[in-house]
Amino acid sequence: MKVYGLFLVCGVLFLVVGLEPQAQGRRGDKPGESVYSELEKAPAKYLEMRNPLAEDKDAAIAGGILFEEHCESCHGKEAVGGKKAPSLRAPEVRKARPGAIFWILSNGIVRKKMPVWSKLPEPERWQLVSYIRALNEEKTESRK
Amino acid sequence: MFALKISTRLFIALLFTAAAVYVPRLAGQENPYIVAYDHNLEEPGSLEVEYFSTFGTQRGGPGFHGFWSEFEYGATAWWTTEFYLDGQSTFGESTIFTGFRSENRIRPLKNEHFVNPVLYVEFENVNEADKILKEVEGHDVESDYAVPNAVARRERDRELEFKLILSKNYKGWNFTENTLAVKNLSNDPWEFGYALGASRPLTLKGATHRCNFCAQHFIAGVEMYGGLGDRYSFGLHNTSHYLAPGLAWNLPSGWTFRVEPTFGLNDQSHQFLLRCGASYEFSGFGEAVERLFKGHRE
Repeated sequence: MKVYGLFLVCGVLFLVVGLEPQAQGRRGDKPGESVYSELEKAPAKYLEMRNPLAEDKDAAIAGGILFEEHCESCHGKEAVGGKKAPSLRAPEVRKARPGAIFWILSNGIVRKKMPVWSKLPEPERWQLVSYIRALNEEKTESRK
Repeated sequence: MFALKISTRLFIALLFTAAAVYVPRLAGQENPYIVAYDHNLEEPGSLEVEYFSTFGTQRGGPGFHGFWSEFEYGATAWWTTEFYLDGQSTFGESTIFTGFRSENRIRPLKNEHFVNPVLYVEFENVNEADKILKEVEGHDVESDYAVPNAVARRERDRELEFKLILSKNYKGWNFTENTLAVKNLSNDPWEFGYALGASRPLTLKGATHRCNFCAQHFIAGVEMYGGLGDRYSFGLHNTSHYLAPGLAWNLPSGWTFRVEPTFGLNDQSHQFLLRCGASYEFSGFGEAVERLFKGHRE
């Protein structure tokens, strides 16, 4: 009987946490704090990092394919944002240093439902950074 | 028995219906481990449905096929919960359902560190005929598995299992160490075990074209696991140990296939086990369930 009680408690907990609203981009933020503020929390060591694939023209192409495979289901097609995760075409991302984006990818924002992507090898994470940068450069160029 | 068959059929039908309905894909990056765990949890809202088989040789008895299904759900980015259904077929004897397991993995630290801990708690309710060898603990040895199904299934094990998973991703490699402690809820002593693993993708850079067979989608690895005795006789005496090189193939469509030949390292171990598995990740499963219970929100 105790076993079934344990399962009941686990089941209720599962429903409460599992069915809570998915991240809307700003869920879990402190009042007035944007989800993009996480980019500013990157340690100095990361902020100083340069993208080792910055000169590699193929990096953004490969990053685009990786984005489709791993990120698009939350961040939306071409990173315009979705119900679960924010747009990566926002001014905050455009202004962010490559190292800050790499830091977010490597550490996630687990309290706000962004998974840790350290399971992707470093070069693949840098390819993703290249893609995100390229997306935002496209946007800047199209405005000119 | 008939009721079980009906429910199994219903379950399979539901699973295929769910797969047939469009569910956004999410390609996983699963390591080839079948026993060891790393600190990479399921993506939040994703459900991974997995099937695994273990074919084993048995001295002093017929060979067997242990199989299980896993339903792994990312409740949050720091909590993954899983439910297992186990069964086995002993050649020349019978095929039986052996029980279920429920596990939770929690990541206590929010950032990546030099070593990343994950806390693991599992409740299992299986009978003694269970042969999936999902973990090896205490004084588990090959001869335990030679008991005929008709006898072994009469005894039920209700156990709580705790693991401390310490894992690190470094330059494309994953290294993991699991320490486990198991308490049978009857009056048996605490039992201990371990699992170690290392893995790496065949290449570290993503390809510039879409492909299923690119080296980046294959992760090779090796794991080693075994028992460490119990509270009263801790150590390697009368324990079994295994070494298992493995390969995982992560397809961009969301499918992952794993194969792992496993070799017993001492006389107390099965000489050879062949493990293989297939899994599919349903991204957005949590949202779909949420819509079901809460309706659409524009």
